[in-house]
Amino acid sequence: MRGLRALLSSPLMFAFLVKRLANAAGVMLAVAFIAFMIFRFVGDPVELMLNEQASQAQRDELRVRLGLDRSFVVQFGTFVLNAMQGDFGISYRNQQEVFTLIVERFPATFELVLMATFLSLVIGIPLGVYSAIRHKTLLAQAIQFVSVLGISLPSFALGILFILLFSVTLHWLPAFGRGETVMVGGWSTGLLTPSGRMALILPGVTLSLFQITLVMRLVRAEMMETMRTEFVRFARARGLSDHAIHFRHALRNCLMPVITVTGLQIGNLIAFALVTETVFQWPGMGMLFVQAVSFVDIPVMAAYLIIVSFIFVSLNTLVDLTYALVDPRLRQQAVAGAGHGT
Amino acid sequence: MALKASALRRFLASDLGYSFKSSPMAVSAFVLLVLLIASAFLAPWISPQNPHDLSQLFIDKAEIPPIWAQGGEWPYLLGTDPQGRDVLSAILYGTRVSLIIGLAAVAVSMAVGVTVGLMAGFFGGWIDNLLMRVADTVLSIPTLLVAILVSALFRGILPPAMRDPFAAIILVLAIALTGWVQYARTVRASTMVERRTEYVLAARIIGVSSARLMRKHILPNTLTPVMVAATLNLGLAILSEATLSFLGVGMPITQPSLGTLIRIGNQYLFSGSWWLVVFPALHLGLIVLAVNLLGDWLRDAMNPKLR
Repeated sequence: MRGLRALLSSPLMFAFLVKRLANAAGVMLAVAFIAFMIFRFVGDPVELMLNEQASQAQRDELRVRLGLDRSFVVQFGTFVLNAMQGDFGISYRNQQEVFTLIVERFPATFELVLMATFLSLVIGIPLGVYSAIRHKTLLAQAIQFVSVLGISLPSFALGILFILLFSVTLHWLPAFGRGETVMVGGWSTGLLTPSGRMALILPGVTLSLFQITLVMRLVRAEMMETMRTEFVRFARARGLSDHAIHFRHALRNCLMPVITVTGLQIGNLIAFALVTETVFQWPGMGMLFVQAVSFVDIPVMAAYLIIVSFIFVSLNTLVDLTYALVDPRLRQQAVAGAGHGT
Repeated sequence: MALKASALRRFLASDLGYSFKSSPMAVSAFVLLVLLIASAFLAPWISPQNPHDLSQLFIDKAEIPPIWAQGGEWPYLLGTDPQGRDVLSAILYGTRVSLIIGLAAVAVSMAVGVTVGLMAGFFGGWIDNLLMRVADTVLSIPTLLVAILVSALFRGILPPAMRDPFAAIILVLAIALTGWVQYARTVRASTMVERRTEYVLAARIIGVSSARLMRKHILPNTLTPVMVAATLNLGLAILSEATLSFLGVGMPITQPSLGTLIRIGNQYLFSGSWWLVVFPALHLGLIVLAVNLLGDWLRDAMNPKLR
């Protein structure tokens, strides 16, 4: 809270805050423009919504009702205003409101991404620490090699191989679906039923593998760097145990970038979840999007693009602002330089 | 040939060549990659069957398991699919498609990215601002999403008869649309440094034009990180292509890439024909692994901090 007050009281920081938010808004506007162009120019919405026998009068009437007779700028403005209120139109395929369709599917994707993030930290950090402090041992080098292996096999291929091994051959885990779900205050969760938890294991592990290697490599690099610093040498001179040096001093210094990358990656995980969801027939937003792509269901595609980009841009902005709060050195650079990418 | 041999000898005598020779990982990754590439491009001569020639397919040879499993049959080393197509041949032909698309995507991204980076870094000012703002916007949407949308939209615009012939070009564009940003940023950063050096200033004083200055003086000094990025991105491009084809917005069944083969094999996952999906998946993993190992080595070898 003190940081926040400092942020608002210092003119430089306030300028940074405004600039960063304006930047995010600009990017969202660009995304909305792309979505609008897709909406407007890929296929004629009137042709897609009416059947062959519709008369010219009916066509014109629909054109007016959809606002397609108005100027380009007015149409774009209406599109943005509607999108901000969560109105993305009606799905061409099943005639339901697009926003409701996506919101219904959100919990499934969110739980999957949460599981993957959790696994990546719980597995990635210890592996990274081990391969940094014992980097000469055979095991550490084996871990390093397996991590290259992990990013070389694409997640969908890995998912299929998992299904083949654990579902088709061993019959241990379900191959598709979410299992039984319960509604908790409008949120459908699979975490509370045994079949729901079983169903989450394979997709969760599949989605997390890339993330695990990422966290592991990051922790390893940061730890190696930190172990060479003066304060670690000083801690050693004070006679602290290896355990205390590694975990209480060195690891703590590595956690900031890990948290940043984890935060930034959540947006990417949501996007990548669409591949995992397709493999495991997981009823999330991603599967909805892939189905929309194969049916050229433009409103769903446009809405998904906007929603996922919104999550992605919000996270990036939030991480940037947090960084400026935590590390004053970054303020100057952040004011001058560009934002984070992937 | 003599020229090639001397270039090879010169490479092996250089610092990079020395680092290469003393890294067994790099050498084995290189040999593996050469074998994989050679087998893919020699597919018409070395594969047991032409999987696209219907006269070579026999329906009574359908769904034969790999040769070591019960019911396996020569010459179908890795088994056949339900149309009697040899899996090994399909993989070799598919690898060729995957490699061509991956290489083309990297080449296009690199050409665009290097040009943009040079311009932005050299001219600065509003050109730099504009180009980098575009780069930021491209990166503010997850890259996979951009690629899927681009391929889906192109397919939506093109009439159905045109989709299959243009599938490969669409894929290259879809991957390159986000791929160029990394090169642009790297080249821009090094160009901004080189621009202020004395040799550039000297060349400018003797009247060298901006275009020539960029191409002949600055460009060669920015290429080291570009080569590292290109190697690592080849792996990513091949994976992107496979992912898009797997999702059904990539190569059609008539010209299958490795991703398409995995997509097809996935439909037989529960029917017991495991070889239809396992071998293409492993082959894909092997190619990307070789590229990544080579890229990792190159990055470390080119990094002066690690020497």
